Amino acid sequence: MKRFYGLLAVVAIAAVAFLIYSANQPAAAVPGAAASNVTVSAQDSAFPGYILGSDSAPVKVEEFADYECPICAMFATVQFPTIRDQLIKTGKVQWVLRDYPLPPTTHRWSHLAANAVACASEQGKAWDMIDAVFDHHDWALQGSNPTSVFRGLAQGIGVNPTTWDACVAADRYAGRIQASLSRGDALGVGGTPTFFIDGKEVASTDRSSDRFQRIVDSIIAAHPKKKK
Amino acid sequence: MSLHRQVVAVLALVGIAIATYLWLHAIGVVGTLKCGTGGCEIVQASTYARLLGIPVAFYGVVGYVVLFGLAVAGAQPALVQRRWPTTWLVALSGAGFLFTLYLTSLEMFVIHAWCRWCLASAAVMTAIVVTSLAGFLRKS
Repeated sequence: MKRFYGLLAVVAIAAVAFLIYSANQPAAAVPGAAASNVTVSAQDSAFPGYILGSDSAPVKVEEFADYECPICAMFATVQFPTIRDQLIKTGKVQWVLRDYPLPPTTHRWSHLAANAVACASEQGKAWDMIDAVFDHHDWALQGSNPTSVFRGLAQGIGVNPTTWDACVAADRYAGRIQASLSRGDALGVGGTPTFFIDGKEVASTDRSSDRFQRIVDSIIAAHPKKKK
Repeated sequence: MSLHRQVVAVLALVGIAIATYLWLHAIGVVGTLKCGTGGCEIVQASTYARLLGIPVAFYGVVGYVVLFGLAVAGAQPALVQRRWPTTWLVALSGAGFLFTLYLTSLEMFVIHAWCRWCLASAAVMTAIVVTSLAGFLRKS
């Protein structure tokens, strides 16, 4: 029995030591947060954003969005479907969405979400993933790590989960996301969503589809060459 | 006569350590699980990591503590000749094994990610049920 209790004591001491050691490790970085030393390659900077619509569309809209931002989600789910139907599918507008993840102190999971979309994009599912992330925006309200939610969404749109896992774990598109963020900073983006129509920032907080329709129509009317 | 109970006690103590580690992570005391593949975070962040609002790992802690207490009690001279501790060990570890089987199947078929610590716990629970069963069959 002495040997038995001795063995129990050894196992117990080892276990307690391991648990104390683990609990005293420095606080982990936010999972999925951008690393502080991101390298941006020329290829990253050349990324044109997530494009929807024809290259020959007369008007180009560039949106800077943060996937955790509730206003971006509201715009994406309430206004954007109409814009997609009436302006993009009709060939009037080419829409470009660019990542503008706010800092982790503001939106903890923004970079992870941007990476989740980027990793779906390499499987040709960028806009499906963007729609899914905005359509199921509950993840942004729960506060917990949404990796498994994103993974489920990615699987739901037909993304290979194993490839996606490896991509997200490696933070493969950190450089591309950083390049997009830098472009937004250079253009003076002060919050999300921010829109540029043919390079000109859309002022005011009116983000209705009607307003986009009016602006696009006025541009096309003012520049007859731009007519479809 | 009590060797299998002693082995179960040691295994259960290892199980307590693993389950406590996962539970401390679930309640935020341990920041990042040491898990080579990253699958631990996926599994632990999934909806299946909680049952009735409580981290699954906590049920593991409770289960292993009960098994540990039973095995240590059963190894005492006063109870070593009694059959009921082994019977209870088989019954409880059998239930634990089925629960472990369910959790492992979730990792394989639903979550599609492996948590190494969960697999280690599954291996410990399997060893406990096999050891208990061996003791039970040898005495019967």
